[in-house]
Amino acid sequence: MDLRVGVQLAIIGLTFFMLINASALLVLAERKIMGFMQQRYGPYLVGPHGLLQPLADILKLLMKEELRPKGADKWLFTLAPILSVTAAFAAFATVPWGAETTLFGLLDEPVRLGVADVNVGILVVFAITSMGVYGIVLAGWASNSKYSLMGGLRAAAQMISYELAYATSLAAVILLAGSLSLREIVDTQASTWFGFIPRWYVFLQPLGFIIYVIAGVAETNRAPFDFPEAEQELVAGYNTEYSSVRFALFPQAEYINMATMSAVATDLYLGGWHGIPFLDQYGLSWVTFLLKVGAILFGYIWMRWTLPRYRYDQLMGFGWKFLFPASVLNLLVTAALILYFNA
Amino acid sequence: MPEVVTFYLLAGLAVVASALVIGQRNPMYSVLLLIVSFAALAGLYIQLDAPFVAVAQIIIYAGAIMVLFLFVVMLLNAPQEDAAEWDRAHPLRRPGIARFGAALAVVLILQLAYALMRVNGLEAPVGSQTGGAAVSSVRELGRVLFDRHAFAFEATSILILVAMVGAVVLARREDPS
Repeated sequence: MDLRVGVQLAIIGLTFFMLINASALLVLAERKIMGFMQQRYGPYLVGPHGLLQPLADILKLLMKEELRPKGADKWLFTLAPILSVTAAFAAFATVPWGAETTLFGLLDEPVRLGVADVNVGILVVFAITSMGVYGIVLAGWASNSKYSLMGGLRAAAQMISYELAYATSLAAVILLAGSLSLREIVDTQASTWFGFIPRWYVFLQPLGFIIYVIAGVAETNRAPFDFPEAEQELVAGYNTEYSSVRFALFPQAEYINMATMSAVATDLYLGGWHGIPFLDQYGLSWVTFLLKVGAILFGYIWMRWTLPRYRYDQLMGFGWKFLFPASVLNLLVTAALILYFNA
Repeated sequence: MPEVVTFYLLAGLAVVASALVIGQRNPMYSVLLLIVSFAALAGLYIQLDAPFVAVAQIIIYAGAIMVLFLFVVMLLNAPQEDAAEWDRAHPLRRPGIARFGAALAVVLILQLAYALMRVNGLEAPVGSQTGGAAVSSVRELGRVLFDRHAFAFEATSILILVAMVGAVVLARREDPS
């Protein structure tokens, strides 16, 4: 096996490793930032400044007893968390996270940072994330409990409603870039306007970006749209009956989905790994990428701990009566302008 | 050789899953098996070098329509179908309309077998009629869809709209006043 294939395989392994760690780090980040916003320390005792807290959490969850309610559907109850987390990992497969690199001149031909490069990459991400909802819906149904069922129903309804706005805002970017490959979409944003404004799509698509972020929050079931697990109304929603590892997989899937959502937003709207020329020179473009993803993730966590939860009917009304029409309008205006300027 | 193996794996999965869809007593399992069948079909599209069609298949059927199906099944919370007395009888011995359905099923199977036998005789692969690359590139696909088949496309969208309006009209409760 030649070196380049080996390196490419190592990069795939690294992507997987990063995603696993992203979920652990995000748990810690969430609790630390929440603590900061509520004027307290957050986890502080395990490791320096509570850095090893996620490890302790995982150990605790692993040691717990696995319970399955008597009336639960044996197969689907086990399948649901597996489905959730598999879809979350698989969705990242076509997301590139850095420019092609020769590893500081080690290789003759550059390798790409990312798992796979498909020419319909953005659609693959969209397709697999939309499969993730089955995990939640099935968990709700298989638990044979009314709170879980309500949570699962809400997840399904929410997903259908917000996927439309989400996909339509994506379509506007695809129109601008003229490609469905995420790597090509990123590379169309490499240059600058007037020499200093980066040619990012967020400047051309401000409305689209806002719609994407809002729909992304709803798709990942995060507060203020976390109705599938609204604890005042549904105990814990779809995961009420889950414990131990099976339970742990749901939040893990949620955090990985958040990371995917932010990585795709970076690729589509924030110019991916372009933007800091100094880092590009040294083949460290992925640092730029990680910084941008981190900024979006911070925004997500910020949102969760500052905004109160909506009411369920408001969520549906907002999705169908405002977000979806706004995204269609955005798409139409974008298409018309492209026709006007290209003709 | 690997192509043949994946083809038979995916095709077998699609056929078995589809057969199990109608063999289930629990509608929830039927919906899930249908998703498996759609996913296997998407795999076959990828083998045909049509990744866009494959992804569209997953997004539209497995991702959107089946979530709606699941939603409805859960909302109605359909219980497991009770195996009624006549349900256990041989299809052809069932009373009235059920016997008619069984006869229709036999006719359908015969038709399918006839059609499949004719397909084997066809020489030219389907792709060559539309110019080879037509299904693989999104741009070409869009051109074919909105240019050559524009009328069929628009007619379909009107049909779907009519069905939607019809569903709303049928489902709406009459105002008591």
